[in-house]
Amino acid sequence: MKSENVFLKILLGAYLILFFGYLLGPLLVMSITAFNSPSFPKMTPWECLTFEWFDVLANDERILNGIRNSLIVGTGTVILSVTMGLAGALILTQIWPRLRATYYTIVIAPILIPGVVLGISTLVFWDRINVMLGFSSDSFLHNGIFLTILGQSTFIASYCMLVFIARLQRFDVGLTEAALDLGATNVQAFRKILLPFMKPAIGSAAVLAFLASFENYNTTTFTFGKYPTLTIELAQKVRYGINPSISALAFIIIALTLFGALAHEMYRRKQQLALANGAPVSAVTGKGFQLPKFLKGNPAAILLIILTLGAISTIWYAQVHSPQQCILDVREQKRIETEKKIQAIKEKRRQEMLKKQQEQQKAAPSSNQAIESLAKVLLVAYSRLKTLKIMHLMVPPLFRKARRTIQVKAHLAAYLHRRI
Amino acid sequence: MSRGVGVTLEDVWIRFGDFVAVREANVNINGGEFFSFLGPSGCGKTTILRAVSGFLEPSDGRILIGGKDMAGFGPNKRPTALIFQNLALFPLMKVWENITFSLEVQGVSKLERRKRADELLDMIALPGQGDKLPSELSGGQKQRVAIARALCAEPDVLLLDEPLSALDLKLRQHMRTELREIQQRVGITFIYITHDQGEALTMSDNVAVMRAGVIDQIADGHTIYNDPATPFVASFVGENNVFRGRIKSIDGKHAIIETNRSGALVARIAPAAIGQLSVGDQAMMFLRPEACNLATETSLTHNRIRARVQNEEFEGQTYNVFLEGDQGKEIKMSLVNVGQDRQSEVGQDLTLEYNPDQAIILPFGELASE
Ligand SMILES: Nc1ncnc2c1ncn2[C@@H]1O[C@H](COP(=O)(O)OP(=O)(O)O)[C@@H](O)[C@H]1O
Ligand SMILES: [Mg+2]
Repeated sequence: MKSENVFLKILLGAYLILFFGYLLGPLLVMSITAFNSPSFPKMTPWECLTFEWFDVLANDERILNGIRNSLIVGTGTVILSVTMGLAGALILTQIWPRLRATYYTIVIAPILIPGVVLGISTLVFWDRINVMLGFSSDSFLHNGIFLTILGQSTFIASYCMLVFIARLQRFDVGLTEAALDLGATNVQAFRKILLPFMKPAIGSAAVLAFLASFENYNTTTFTFGKYPTLTIELAQKVRYGINPSISALAFIIIALTLFGALAHEMYRRKQQLALANGAPVSAVTGKGFQLPKFLKGNPAAILLIILTLGAISTIWYAQVHSPQQCILDVREQKRIETEKKIQAIKEKRRQEMLKKQQEQQKAAPSSNQAIESLAKVLLVAYSRLKTLKIMHLMVPPLFRKARRTIQVKAHLAAYLHRRI
Repeated sequence: MSRGVGVTLEDVWIRFGDFVAVREANVNINGGEFFSFLGPSGCGKTTILRAVSGFLEPSDGRILIGGKDMAGFGPNKRPTALIFQNLALFPLMKVWENITFSLEVQGVSKLERRKRADELLDMIALPGQGDKLPSELSGGQKQRVAIARALCAEPDVLLLDEPLSALDLKLRQHMRTELREIQQRVGITFIYITHDQGEALTMSDNVAVMRAGVIDQIADGHTIYNDPATPFVASFVGENNVFRGRIKSIDGKHAIIETNRSGALVARIAPAAIGQLSVGDQAMMFLRPEACNLATETSLTHNRIRARVQNEEFEGQTYNVFLEGDQGKEIKMSLVNVGQDRQSEVGQDLTLEYNPDQAIILPFGELASE
């Protein structure tokens, strides 16, 4: 009974390791390759700890440009998607109940349509509009940023809308009515009552929209025009071979994500803890930052601090650490190793040669006499011809080919050697 | 009384599709009055209140506030303030911001608002609690904040939709007195909605009793209780023993009804029914438990009923005695506890007696189901 239990536990542990390994392994390997010196992302063999790939990244004009474009597109998409999503969700609460299901299906449809289709249709649609309006082909309707923002927003707005609908379902319409009853205009009721209520959802939707925009490839690949985003740049780079600066980028993104997630978790736990301790909500939402207290029973906060310290010390270490010596050492070592290898090959060949010679010497008197005499004749003829300097005209191609084989060469060399 | 503004409903109909929520309501509420709508849940009380505050337009008829037709005026344009059934305090605003929301939308400066909030917090006996959030208040405190928030808007008419229904009994009784006091202090018109007859009777100057979208009776509390206009009002407001039967004879203000199970009984004809009844009509007699007494004689007259004690409940100030008359007719009698020995025992046969002026006869009609 007990041993079975232990067995189950081990099985579960193994499963968990496998599962998390599967989930996080690639990220971990990618991160490690960012600090290894070989110019192709490798984890083994470990050569030198280096930060040069971050330098390479920082000087990679195309990547930087991609990041810039991604940020611009991301910001635009956040603004457009959050606005459209909020409007869409609000309409859902206002619309005639019988139309609600139909409306919902239509608005949610972009999530179900493949991104590739959205990208192509965005491109085609705005091109048609452009033609219809009679604009030139370099008008803003053909601008990559404009098209990418619109293309991505078609489906990201639907995601945002889902977030808003979930929040709106918990909204008490009575609050808006109370505001109106107290003399607020519709705009005031919206701004002072509904919008503050939606604030957390707006935050979540904005983060969601930004992440979805940042990582989008399918749709963007059709719309980016002259403004490739980061994903596009990466894809193009990979096609022509990669170096670990991409790992460095991945590492930065992973670190930022981890950082953000931990900060959010810490904030959440802090609130929960305070609420559990019976503190008034106002004290919890306040910006007061009490260091010793907020660490209590908050592993996320502790992790966050460790991570921050780790990041700071890494950056500091990167400033002072110079891998040059190590790289030189490795290079030297490699050179030596290569030389050794060459030596080894040479040695091996020599050994083989010797072996064969010996074998021939043994065999020559008995069975190889005929061949030897023939070779002698040939050699004599050959040297005669050579002296006449018309060898190349005279020697038939077949003979030349045979001459080139190692065996003949070896025979001749051995023969000559003995002769001299 | 001077600040009060009257409210009038003229032939108001409110329909939701085919469903009639309010049928031909005619109500006249005087300025400065504490007026209640009393009725079972679902009878259309909230609907009337929403029509008065402007959240919905009547399908027919007019609503006048201070003599002015309110058609086309939205809720933010009417001189009313509504206290919602669930209070609808703004959860993300502090108490003082809640209270002065009506000033905030008018653009009053923060300093002034804070001052006004402190005054109102003093008035509702919550001094220094302005910086809390509504979620940190108790039920009764929330209640008072909602009242302060409504009063801060300085409405001419305050509308209250079952504001006490979420409170426990003790607090409810306390808040009743408090509400009445506030109303008398500020002197504005209160329109109060409740399904609790006790609330309606204790606080109101006048009460409208509603049944399924129809207003059955509008009168002061005494009249509602003593002279109900319909069987519904008689059975909904307070408790009543109901005797069905046919009118046997009419003698001025009184009539004798031949009841189905308890013989011929005499009672006063309700004022609302005078002139409407004739001999042979189907009718109902209503006898309140507290109008029943133990008879000293056992001879049967038209105001005596024989019955057997089934059960007895002691409530402190009263004994409730549950009796069974002829053919299983259930009768309830309340006897005031004046410290004497119990006068009845389970299984005992007794005769009860009543003053014919305290029982009333109404034409046959629908009863409250409760
Ligand atoms: N917006 C609406 N649409 C359809 N029916 C409604 C609506 N509002 C109320 N009703 C109906 O009107 C009747 C009266 O409701 P209400 O005024 O809320 O009752 P109460 O007396 O309990 O406050 C109920 O039967 C309710 O279902
Ligand atoms: Mg109601």
